Parts: sequence; structure tokens; C-alpha cells
Amino acid sequence: MRETAVVGFAQRQMKDFDGSPSMAELLVPILAECYEQTGWAKKDIGFWCSGSSDYLAGRSFSFVSAIDAIGVLPPVNESHVEMDAAWALYEAWLKIQTGEVDTALVFGFGKASAGVLRRTLALQLDPYTMTPLWPDTVSLAALQARAGLDAGLWDEAALAEVVNRSLTDAEKNEYAVRAGGSSVEELLARPMFADPLRKHDCAPVTDGAAAIVLAAGDRAREANQRPAWISGIAHSSDGLHLGTRDLTSSGSAERAVAAAGGTAGVQVAELHAPFSHQELVLRSALGLGNDVRISPSGGALAANPMFSAGAIRIGEAAKQIWDGSADKVLGHATSGPALQQNLVCVMEGRN
Amino acid sequence: MGKTPAAVIGIGQTHHRAKREDLSMAGLCREAMDRALEDAGLTLDEVDAIVIGKAPDLFEGVMMPELYLAEALGAAGKPLLRVHTAGSVGGSTAIVASSLVQAGVHKRVLTVAFEKQSESNAMWALSVPVPFVMPVHAGAGGYFAPHVRSYIRRANAPSHIGAIVAAKDRTNALKNPYAHLHNEGTTVESVLASQMLWDPIHYDETCPSSDGACAMVIAAEDVAKTYDSPAWIHGTVMRSEPTSAAERDQVNPQAGRDAAAALWKATGITDPAREIDCAEIYVPFAWFEPMWIENLGFAPEGAGWKLTEAGETAIGGSLPINMSGGVLSSNPIGASGMLRFAEAALQVRGRAGEHQVDGAHRALGHAYGGGSQFFSMWVVGSQPPSN
Repeated sequence: MRETAVVGFAQRQMKDFDGSPSMAELLVPILAECYEQTGWAKKDIGFWCSGSSDYLAGRSFSFVSAIDAIGVLPPVNESHVEMDAAWALYEAWLKIQTGEVDTALVFGFGKASAGVLRRTLALQLDPYTMTPLWPDTVSLAALQARAGLDAGLWDEAALAEVVNRSLTDAEKNEYAVRAGGSSVEELLARPMFADPLRKHDCAPVTDGAAAIVLAAGDRAREANQRPAWISGIAHSSDGLHLGTRDLTSSGSAERAVAAAGGTAGVQVAELHAPFSHQELVLRSALGLGNDVRISPSGGALAANPMFSAGAIRIGEAAKQIWDGSADKVLGHATSGPALQQNLVCVMEGRN
Repeated sequence: MGKTPAAVIGIGQTHHRAKREDLSMAGLCREAMDRALEDAGLTLDEVDAIVIGKAPDLFEGVMMPELYLAEALGAAGKPLLRVHTAGSVGGSTAIVASSLVQAGVHKRVLTVAFEKQSESNAMWALSVPVPFVMPVHAGAGGYFAPHVRSYIRRANAPSHIGAIVAAKDRTNALKNPYAHLHNEGTTVESVLASQMLWDPIHYDETCPSSDGACAMVIAAEDVAKTYDSPAWIHGTVMRSEPTSAAERDQVNPQAGRDAAAALWKATGITDPAREIDCAEIYVPFAWFEPMWIENLGFAPEGAGWKLTEAGETAIGGSLPINMSGGVLSSNPIGASGMLRFAEAALQVRGRAGEHQVDGAHRALGHAYGGGSQFFSMWVVGSQPPSN
């Protein structure tokens, strides 16, 4: 494959957008940060790809006005996935692999605070048989957590440990919506929200946006002194229907990581786990041992901006390469109810 | 680093209707997919990845329907990508699928695009008030009518050109068993006699609203070579420009001109009107045929309507356009672009049935979306690309 690296990353994650900016207003400064990091301008970008959702925006064609943030006269080579921007990054990586372009800028955005997120996401279910019952995201995740408890795969203390570590790490993340570690005992003393999940087991509703710059070969070296070279990237899907899946494992994450070349040597993994027990499912599916540092950013339990949280995991993992903290990292994204789809991006630094 | 050559080895589409009450969304996709897989002689198990496209989710009222469709699409256990680039999405989806093969990641990729517009209400879905943006609430026809009027003025075109296009496309649709509209006896006179909807656009110069889907199997060179008549992908392109900008030319958008120029360059075509044997272009309102003829560089600016008037865009003319009946005869929005790409492939495979253009060896598939701001195109040929 053609050597390609993550060379730029900018993000916003917040509880709600102050002043209700349009997506273009929000994206302009983020794109500007990417230009500053890489030393490039709009004309240096060969391909653009974004990820977002019309339903989150409550309107059709929500990405149309967002691309105004690029300044698209003269016109640009551009595409969009109705998915987390991590999948837009995958499309951009493909485009670089075809040799048509050397550089790409990927962005994602979503304003979850505009509606009732757990209700909006119920519209992702089977419209003929499930949606009319309105099972919400948190309840579905609770079913998944219960399945693991019943199977003896984890206990409530294990969930609290995940939360405690995440929220302690989040104290160092300026974008965290929720932060502040406690103790397993104190966390377990808090009330249930959707049994067996407590509020801290569930990602906060978050508005946000993110942008990532990809580049091939010498263009990557030109933009970043220590690019995060993508050594493997792949994704896979499971079926939606909960009755046909073993919710305590993740076949799609297993297939994705196998196709991405495995996790041997990975030192840091940024996992997109919007519920505490999902981190445990993913660690097992991805084959991550206890020596792997998980989500030093605080992860999705600290902030989970829809349609950019997965891309942010890739950006946060890449930062570990850029600053020399690690030589091999993994960024992960998920989509759909109960970890239905998973994407894995393994990156390496070279000295 | 070169691309892996890729080709279309299977094509399928649904019968298009205003309402396919006999099928769910999953059934609609499967009707097209199963035909494409049968055409390619493959089963879903032999497909490496699925790429799906459709226009806004509000058209059916399901958020990210690919999630619920995963099992029906055969995507459980496989990579599944969902593309959405407005009306150009069917084309963009095919391009992303071809990228998966050209990048050397997969050997056989299934791509499908659909719209089941009868599940919801497209006019409502397009009329949600948007903060900061002036709502038009006039539907697509109301949006595009001023551009058509502007074209007529700038090109000094006679007022019956749109009717020629509509009569031609509806006549071509009679040869296409999958087309939504089979309106016998449509003539220039009957089109001009139909109700004026958005002056200068008559009722019969507009597209229907359809339920439908289209699917293709795209394969790498070594696989495609084992097939009788693959449609080789010679070049693909996408370009976007903003919705509103004072300097935009919505009659002849720069994104379309740039896209066409890049496509002709990539495919080594210097005189598209001579070197392209036939074209399926996205014409939801009849007047867009002459407008896109110019935008694509098939004729100089202001001269597109002359090709139409001279009958050159009919089957048997020098540049047949929309042999299938086009968007004017079937418009499942998310699938409409892929139908154009698939018809171009059918033509160069020599498998277009009654609407086959004799000697079609190189064809253009074209789609556009938004307010004439998103463009996707490909050129396919009966021979592998030489570039």
C-alpha cells in the first residue's frame, strides 16, 4: 500500500454550542488550525471528505452548508459519508491509495444538544419492527451490559474502574465535558440510571467537530516532523438485530483489527466506547493486553460528539506518535447500536 | 503508483414505480442486488465489501438505514460504507466502490443505491426550515426554474427545446422495461400542452418521484478479465461548490466544468462529442439536457440546444443522451445517479436491450445534486483503459 500518515488534527468538544453557531462557523477555525499545523492552505488539499448525520441536524442535506467552511470556489474534490468522520477518513485514505491525490482533509460534525439524542438514535433501528417501540440507546446499551454481567464476563466494579480511569485522565483534556476521578466505591454508591448502568457509565451528550489531515510519503514528512504512519486501517459491520448477535463480544471489531494487521506492539489505544462496558468488549475483541494504555484522552465517557468522536480517537492516538510518547498506537471508531460497526486505524512513528 | 484497473461485471435494477408497496426498503435493495449478483454469477458470500448510497434519510424517515439494512445487504460480517452527496450520491457511491478496487483493497465490491420515497414525503423532507438559510419551500422545480429561464435567455434558445428532450426521453423509456413512466404517445406538442408548473417548466418536462434501487458489482482486473463483457472504468471524478455565492454561475456551474475537464484529461479524451459514443446524464428537468451538454464540453456555450434540436441526442444521433429514458422517466433520487452510471456500463457491454446504441464503446455516466453544486461522473469503455 502507499505510505500514508495522519499529519494534522483539530477538535472541539463541548456540552453545547454557545450562541448556536452554524456548522460552517464552527468548522472554519478548526480547518484553520489544520492549516497552521501543516503549513498548508486550501489549495494544498487534494481531497475533502466529511462525516455527519442529517437526523442529528434535524434537516436534510446538513452537510451541504457545512462545506461552505472550506470555501469551495474554486470547486473542490469532495465527498461525504453519513457516518462518523472516521469512515470519511477511510474514504480519504482510499483516495490516496488510488494515487489520484497526495493529501486529504477529513472533518466531522454533530450537534447532539439540538434534540433528545437517545430518542433520535432510536430511529437507527428497524423501522418496521423496532422503531415503533422506541427502545432508546441507553436502554439497549444496558441490555448489553446486563448480558455481560449475567455471563460473568465483568462485574459492576470493573465498569466503575473504567469510569474512574477515564474521568481521571479527562482532567488533563481541555475538551472534556465530564472529568474528575473518584473511587470505585464512591462510583458504585451512585444511583442506577438504566440498570445496570449509572450515569457515569454512559457518554455525555456532546456537541462537537473535528478535522484530520492525511498525506502520502514526502508530503507527510513536509507537514509533520514525526507523521503517524497508517500501517493498517479496516472496518467491518455486524447485523443490527440484537437477537442475532452475541452482545458480549464484537465480531466486527475482531474482523476489523485482523484486517488492519493486529495489535502486536500497540502501546496506546484510543477506543470509542460510549458505555463503560463497551471498553471491556473492545479490549477483548481487539486483543489489547493490560500493558496497553487505554484512551489517555479520557475517551468517549468524557465527551462523545456524534459523528466526530471516532475521528477524534484517531487524532488523539496520532498525537501520541507526533510527540514521541509512543511508537505504535491504535485509534478506534464505532457506529450503530451496541457496537454494530467498528473501524480500526493502527499508526506507527518512525525514527 | 498506479491504480488497479477495475470494471463493472454485474448490473441490476428494480422496476421503478411511484409506490413499491410490495417491498420493504430491504426488499427493494435486494431486488436490485440479486439481479446484479446473478448478472455477475456471484453470491453475496463472494463479495468483499458493500458500499451503499442514498439521498437524505428524511426521505424515508430512518436514521442511517444502512444499519438496519446490514443483514439484508449481506454486510453483516463485512465492511459497509454509506455515502451521501445529495442528488449526485448514486454516482459518488459507485466511485467510492470503484476506489476500493482501484486502491487494491478488495477484489469484488457490491454497490447499491436506493430511494423509497413513498415511505415518507420528499417535499416535506426538503422543506424543513433551516436556521440562517432562506427557505425556498418551492420544491426543486421552483429552485431550478430561474436557472432554466436564464439559460434560455443567454443561449437564445427556442422555447420548445425542453419539450423535445421530454418527448425523446419518454419515448426512450418505452424501450426500457424498468422505467417508471411508460407514457405512450408523448410528443413535443403534448409536452407543451401540459400544465405550466414553474414557468418555463411544464408538467411533462419534470421527473416523477419513484421507489427504486440500482446495484453493481465492481471487480479488479484479474477477476474482470474472466468475464465476457466487463465495462472497464476509464476515469471517475467528483467536484463540489457552495450553495450560495454571488459569483456562482448556476446555469453553467464551475464545479461541473472543472469535473468534466478533469475527467476528459484523465481519460485522454480531447474531443468528447466525437470520442464519447453515448451519455447518460442527470436531467430531472428537461432543459438540463442542453445546459449539461454545454457544461460537459460536448458543445460550446450557447450551442447545446442545437444538438438537441437537430435530433443528435436521440438514439441514432451523433451523441445519444439518456437512452434509458433518464431521470425524466424514473427518479428514485438516491439511486438516480447510479442508474446513469449503470446505463453507461450496460451500453458499453452491449447489453442495453432495445435501447442499445450501436457501436457504443465508450460512454459517460453523470450525476449532479444539491443546487447544481455536487457533480460525480465516470467514463466506462468496452476495452480496458490504456492510460
